[in-house]
Formats: sequence, C-alpha cells, structure tokens
Amino acid sequence: MSEAPLLNVVDLVKQFPLGGGIFAKPRAWIKAVDGVSFAVSRGESFGLVGESGCGKTTLGRLILRLNEPSSGRVEIAGRDIMALSRSEMGALRRKMQIIFQDPYSSLDPRMKVEGIITEPLRASQQLSKKNRREVAAELLEKVGLRRIDLDKYPHEFSGGQRQRIGIARALCVRPELIVADEPVSALDVSIQAQVINLLEDLKAEFNLSYVFISHDLSVVQYICDRIAVMYLGGIVELASTRDFSVSTRHPYTEALLKSVPLPDPHRRTEPFAMEGDVPNPIEPPPGCPFHPRCLYRFDRCSLGKPPLIEAAPDHLVACWLNGGKGMTND
Amino acid sequence: MSKKLLEIENLNVHFHTPEGIARAVDGVSFHLDAGETIGLVGESGCGKSVTSLSILGLIPSPPGEIESGKIKFNGHNLLDFEAERLRKIRGHEIAMIFQEPMTSLNPVLPIGRQVAEPLRIHQGLRKADALEKATRWLDHVKIPAAAKRLNDYPHQLSGGMRQRVMIAMAMVCGPKLLIADEPTTALDVTIQAQILSLMNRLKEELAMSMLLITHDLGVVAQMAARVVVMYAGQIVEEAGVGDIFDQPFHPYTQGLLKSMPRIAGGLAESKRRLVEIPGIVPVLTEIIEGCKFADRCPHAFEVCRQSQPQLVPINDGHRARCWLKEYPKRRKSDV
Repeated sequence: MSEAPLLNVVDLVKQFPLGGGIFAKPRAWIKAVDGVSFAVSRGESFGLVGESGCGKTTLGRLILRLNEPSSGRVEIAGRDIMALSRSEMGALRRKMQIIFQDPYSSLDPRMKVEGIITEPLRASQQLSKKNRREVAAELLEKVGLRRIDLDKYPHEFSGGQRQRIGIARALCVRPELIVADEPVSALDVSIQAQVINLLEDLKAEFNLSYVFISHDLSVVQYICDRIAVMYLGGIVELASTRDFSVSTRHPYTEALLKSVPLPDPHRRTEPFAMEGDVPNPIEPPPGCPFHPRCLYRFDRCSLGKPPLIEAAPDHLVACWLNGGKGMTND
Repeated sequence: MSKKLLEIENLNVHFHTPEGIARAVDGVSFHLDAGETIGLVGESGCGKSVTSLSILGLIPSPPGEIESGKIKFNGHNLLDFEAERLRKIRGHEIAMIFQEPMTSLNPVLPIGRQVAEPLRIHQGLRKADALEKATRWLDHVKIPAAAKRLNDYPHQLSGGMRQRVMIAMAMVCGPKLLIADEPTTALDVTIQAQILSLMNRLKEELAMSMLLITHDLGVVAQMAARVVVMYAGQIVEEAGVGDIFDQPFHPYTQGLLKSMPRIAGGLAESKRRLVEIPGIVPVLTEIIEGCKFADRCPHAFEVCRQSQPQLVPINDGHRARCWLKEYPKRRKSDV
C-alpha cells in the first residue's frame, strides 16, 4: 500500500503528573498511555476496547490533539499533527471529529440545536447564516430528526435524540475520521440499536473511518473491522474482528470475552471470575502488567514486559506464552 | 406449592410534576416465591426502580405518592405499616443493593462501622460483636485482608470492592429478600463477573429471594428464574426465563431481544442489520387511550390504538399485555 494511512499512531505516550504544584515537583507520574502504535486506513472501523482506566479515552483525545502527548507521533494522512501550527491544526480539525459518551453533558443547554450543529461551521466562517441553517436542517434529517427541531433546546430531547444531535454536529464539517468515545453506552438497548445502525449508514454514505472506543465487546465486534484490546495503557492484542473471536491469543482478551454474561438461559455458566482488580497505574506490577491476574502466568511474566509482536499474519499480541505468541491452538 | 414471599397487587405510584401526573407505576402486580430470583427488566423510566423503592417505602413524597395497591411481604401489607415498623424490616428482612456504590456508602464512615451498623440497630449486638461479625462478612465477600481494612474509607476501595462492601452490608442480617437495583451496571465486565458469581453463591447459601432489576438481558439470562418485563409503568410480559428468550410473545420483548448485538458462539455474527425499535418511550404524563407500545409496534392495528390490552395468560406461567393474543392473525410474519 503506497498511500499513507488516514491515521497513524506511533509509539504514543501520555503521562499525567500526580500531586505537585506550580513550583513543586510532582510526586509521581501516571502513564495513561504507554507506547501505543497502530494505523487506521480509510473507510475502516477500528475498535479500542478495555476496562475503566486502561487509557482508551486518553488515547482518543490524543488522536484529536485535545491533549498533548508526552512523546510519540500522531499522523493524519501522513502529516504529523504535533508539528502543525495553530491555524494548520484548525484546518485539520475539520477532518476529524469526536462523538462523546454522555449526550446530557456534551451539548450546551443554552444553545439551540441549530447553533450546536453549526458551531464548527461558524468557526470556519465559510457559509452565510442562511446556508448554515440549510446544512444543519439537512444533517438533522440525515440523523433521523426533523427540520423543526432546529429551534429547540437540548432538554427537549431524549438521550438517543441528543446523541443524534451530537452525531450531526460531528458530521457538519464533513470529517474523514470520527473518534466515537462510548457513543452508545449511556443509551437504552432499543435506542442503542437505532444509533448503531445510524453510525453504520453514515459511515457508508460519507465514507467515514471510525475509531470506536468502548468497553462493550459485543458492540465493538458488531461495528469494527479490527479491534485493539488495551490494558493499563498499552495494547495487549490487536487483530481483525474475525481472528479476535475465533483465535484469541491474549489471556486478558479471553477473560473479557468470557466475562460477558451470555443472553441465553440454556447456557448458564459459572461467571468467569478472574481474581483481583486492575492494578494501580501509579505502581504498575513488574513485567507483564496483566500477570498478577493471569491464569497462565509463569516465572518469565514477572521479569519483563512482553513486546507486542506479530504472532500470526495481522494478529499482534503481547504475551510471553509460547515464545511470545500468546495462547495458541497450533 | 412454594410460598409467596412478596406479593405486589395492583400497585399505582404517581409523581406530581409541573407537567401533570406522571404514572410511574401503573397497575403492577406480580409475586416472588421464597428462594426465587426474578429479573425485572426494562429501559430507563419504565418504572422498575420506582416499583422496588415502593417495596421499601423509599418513594420521595412529595412529589411521589403511592396511589393505591398492596405490597404484601409474608402476608402483611407493608403499605399499612407505620414508619417505625417498616424501618425494622428495611435492612433486616428486606435488604437492597444500589447501582452506584460510591453514592450509597457513607464517605465519612469507615467501612467496618457501616457493615456493622445494621447488626447494632436490628439485632442489638454490642459494638465489638457487631464488628467481629462484620469482619466475617467482609471476609466472606472476599475483601482481601478484611480485618485490616475495617478502618478504610469507601474512597480507598475500588468500585468492585465497594460493591462487595455494599453486599456485605445488605447480607449481615440475613435478609429473606434482596432487592438488587442494577448491581453491576457501573462495574467493568471482569468485575461484574466476580460480583454476579458472589451474588449467586450467597443466594444459595442463605436461601434468599432476589428481585434483580436490570436492563442487561445477559445478566437476566444467567441469574433469573422468572422475568418481568416493564414498559412505561406497566408489566407487558411475564414468564419463566426460558420462555422469555425462546418464545417471547410481546412485540416489545421480541424487539429488545433482537436489538442486542450478540457475540454468537465465539464467532462474530455476519453483518446483519440490528433490529431497531423505532421511536421513543412515551412521556409518562401523557394519557394514552390504547396500548402504550402501539406507536412503536410493528404489528399495531386499530384496536391497539383504541383500547388498552390487559395482561392475559399466554400459557402456564406466561402472561402478556397484547391484543395479538386475541387477534393472532394480526401478527405480521415479516418482522
């Protein structure tokens, strides 16, 4: 492939200081994102999965440069976004948008829907007010709301409808990449299906690429072409959705998959109760960050951190089992 | 014949709002046998939490008001009880676990004292005895090094650990009925598995009944013996867990089951479009003549919009509130 991928993340690190003050040194650093690399090509849906505190949201914010990374690179269509000036960055922002989890706190309650949706357009000052209203009305209809909703306020809508408004706002500048951070987690099941179908339709219509962040494996498996599993700031497994469910290689991925309660009363299983909690990221365990909870750990696991290597074609894993290839059926 | 531990009869709970009267619970009747687990399922605002809060007399009033109905626990109507008498049951014979352990634990009291509190109040134990029993319970719910953590505050614990403390607190007095309102919704999936496993174990040990309120059909399938599905304040279907999943009758139940993206047998399903339930839940202040689900129902016909269906038997132990029982030919086959 000669063309640069739409999004290329290279060895990205983000540390947050803990304690300290303007003059005092921080007491410690938390590595929220710890050396993450992956690429997303055009038209692809890429899933980031993990539990609270694994760094998936921070990673999403770094991709959009809503937070500055401590080191590493983010490239959009081959351009390093950290090297861009303010105005260049402004232009690039139109190519990438974000959809937030909570449809209640991500819309300004004092703004009408028209204002909310067209705000990104106002910032670029290219259209007249009348044209902007036209664009907003069109988008509202695309996401399944009506033109008359333009003059309403967010409180007049349900959670699912608000999420549609958030989606219309993200689409307004015709982006190529959308980072969707838990876009359906706050919604009821029946509404969740509506929004997932909408995201799929819009992807086809506007040729979008998604970075889809979620803790819900079934949603990610449904939407995404490839999935990366994160644990304590790093990717532990990255594979196509098919490989992901057929030949899991990392014990943590296995635990995640088996922990989901099956919606089938005839297949009652004792819940897959993995011992322990996610470790404290201030003092991560030595070696593999997962080894204190891992069912397959052996002496090597506490000695060094396993590298993320290609265990099978396009299937990456960071695990010491089987000489670094993780769990395998071979 | 198993004994009915809890019987709710024609419960109506109204909230007085500026927009009018919201019928949060609208004629709900069901019962719970001793030792049984019922899953109470539905989406936000369907009345499942209000129903459970009514049992414990925890409806904020005003604006809430229990209009009519009976809530019988061991044959006695709890709604006739004085506040003082109800307080003796709450936390003793009926205990509750809430969704968010951080907001339901007291942040300024050490966990040992919080777990011991029901024992001191309900069983009159001395401080030292209560603390000792609390320690045993914290141990039992697998709080590591429980004896050393008695003086820890809730903020020093992780979300899963806090939920374990909540469970210990609910269990210390050996309740006959546990009401668990979305007990694992705020937790990560691996921690959820731990907590569900713990709840199953304790239920067996204590031969306790459980009213499990959740929106997660996976949790219901794994935990409940019977399922009650609520929509807009009413029960729309009730059946054994097998029937609910194998032969749901009500179009809403069917829609809920079909709208779930599933991890089918380890293989990601080929991209089938998810079935949506179109539209949104009706506003509870609105007075609806016909079936409350008619506007979103793919099968709806004239009768559905004109008069409200009753909860009628479908077969043994299976009830549904739908006109399709009487007019089976109206069910469309292509949806």
